Amino acid sequence: MKILVCIKQVPDMESKFKVDGAGTWYDTGDLAWRMNEYDEYGVEQAVRLKEQVGEGDITVLCIGSDKVKETMKKALAMGCDRGLHVSDDDVSAREPLQIASVIAGFAKDKGFDVIFTGMQSQDRGSGQVGVLTAEILAMPSITTIVDFAYDGGTVTAKRELEGGIKAIVKVAVPALFTCQLGLNKPRYPTLPNIMKAKKKELLSVPVADLLEADARQQTVKLYFPEKKGGGLVLEGDAPDLAAQLVQILKEKTTVLS
Amino acid sequence: MKVLLVAEYRDGQFLASTQELVGFAQQMGAESAMFAVGGGSALPAYDGTLYLADAAQYGEYNPDAHKQLLLSVIDQEKPDMVVFSHSSYGWDLAPRIAFSLGAAQISEVVEASDGALVVPVCNAKLRRQVQPSTSMCVVTLQAGAFTAAGDGTPAVKEISGDAGGAITFEGYEEAEAGGVDLSKSEVIVSAGRGIGKPENVAIIEELAQALGGDYGASRPVVDSEWVEHNRQVGTTGQTVSPKLYVACGISGAIQHLAGMKKSEFIVAVNTDKDAPIGEVADVLVVADLKQFIPALTEKIKAG
Repeated sequence: MKILVCIKQVPDMESKFKVDGAGTWYDTGDLAWRMNEYDEYGVEQAVRLKEQVGEGDITVLCIGSDKVKETMKKALAMGCDRGLHVSDDDVSAREPLQIASVIAGFAKDKGFDVIFTGMQSQDRGSGQVGVLTAEILAMPSITTIVDFAYDGGTVTAKRELEGGIKAIVKVAVPALFTCQLGLNKPRYPTLPNIMKAKKKELLSVPVADLLEADARQQTVKLYFPEKKGGGLVLEGDAPDLAAQLVQILKEKTTVLS
Repeated sequence: MKVLLVAEYRDGQFLASTQELVGFAQQMGAESAMFAVGGGSALPAYDGTLYLADAAQYGEYNPDAHKQLLLSVIDQEKPDMVVFSHSSYGWDLAPRIAFSLGAAQISEVVEASDGALVVPVCNAKLRRQVQPSTSMCVVTLQAGAFTAAGDGTPAVKEISGDAGGAITFEGYEEAEAGGVDLSKSEVIVSAGRGIGKPENVAIIEELAQALGGDYGASRPVVDSEWVEHNRQVGTTGQTVSPKLYVACGISGAIQHLAGMKKSEFIVAVNTDKDAPIGEVADVLVVADLKQFIPALTEKIKAG
């Protein structure tokens, strides 16, 4: 079984963000970077699938500057077999179709049975790349999965809908799946596996070799939303804050009366 | 400008989000038509043309068939913009349509004026203004970003096409039954990722008890299995509107805000003054919840 899992490196969402000099993306200096949370579920599902069928080869693909290799090493330590780093210093300027064209450009003649992506990235959040990749490859795709069961060439997946309802769907492989939070419990890489990952293949190819699509949209500007205001901000010591808040609740609500 | 609205239909009903699409078209001052794979007698409140394919024949979820049906309507109507809800149906179908049309897709639009489309970035901490460069474009609208509107009865034009597809829809699995119905609670204290570890759920629960309410949780806490799913507040959990909602260590992702922003009074406790939860909070307490929450519980118990 040949499996491809696509990951993105994103900043920690708790970071203090700043707008960059061009005013079209966030400043990438002084940020802590990690694997896009949705993609961790994809990596875990890929490893579980290989474990279940008892054989297979998992490629992890990531697009970005050299620093994304750190995140790729985590995926290798979780159990991916090889890494394909698409070297692109301008990755933040690519729109979803371009990212999809790069992934499809790599995957088109590799015969992957299953492709996993996150259902969206935590930073850009377009939720398009997985489906567009599958469309380019003329492969079926199922989005937002919270359950994945493989049996003899067929996958039964559960899609998460609004209000806690799930849709049960079936598809024959090859197929692409976009992973929602809660699909599984991503494992923590163990120290021996972190050591082993250092010896795994991690090839880099320039993005120009794979990028086939022109951008169909441009970012005009990136900015902080205006504070809507009205809310009171309280700062200070815990006991003082508690006293202040109790006073406010007595005045503004009926829950303490 | 002409827009084609893609209505949503599930479990035998049109979803309320359909009216937000109508509201968007009105706000844009656009001429519109609507598309749906649906059925039944309760049609959306809309006074334009509804191109309707029968859900009994094409399935409520069959992306291949829905794509072909929608493309045939786009070919007839030639809209400037195809508009979906940013939902499990919309984000699934929209990229398939955008790809077939060679059109740009702008996801999760929260504001639109004079062709400038605005979308959230980094958990809504930032906003991005985007410009499509294709003549036709596809957009998905964030739930609740546009005011629901529309009245009248649509003029239905029945459409048909190929019902085949690579994906088989087997049915729905209902939300977990039992547990706590938070929609009836007058006070809810919710735990977010900021509580740090599962042991701290106890201090949230104690505050909820002191206030005579129930405790809830945001999605990351439920996904980590620190709190059971039937206490989750947000788009994929419960929608609540208590008299008092206390959000503890919750950053304020849109999926959570959508589930609690109609609460009468909202208190947020967060170490990050800039957390998006601050946008909906009546009071933002900037503090370490591990110190503040027990102090608050004590104060309330003391009367």
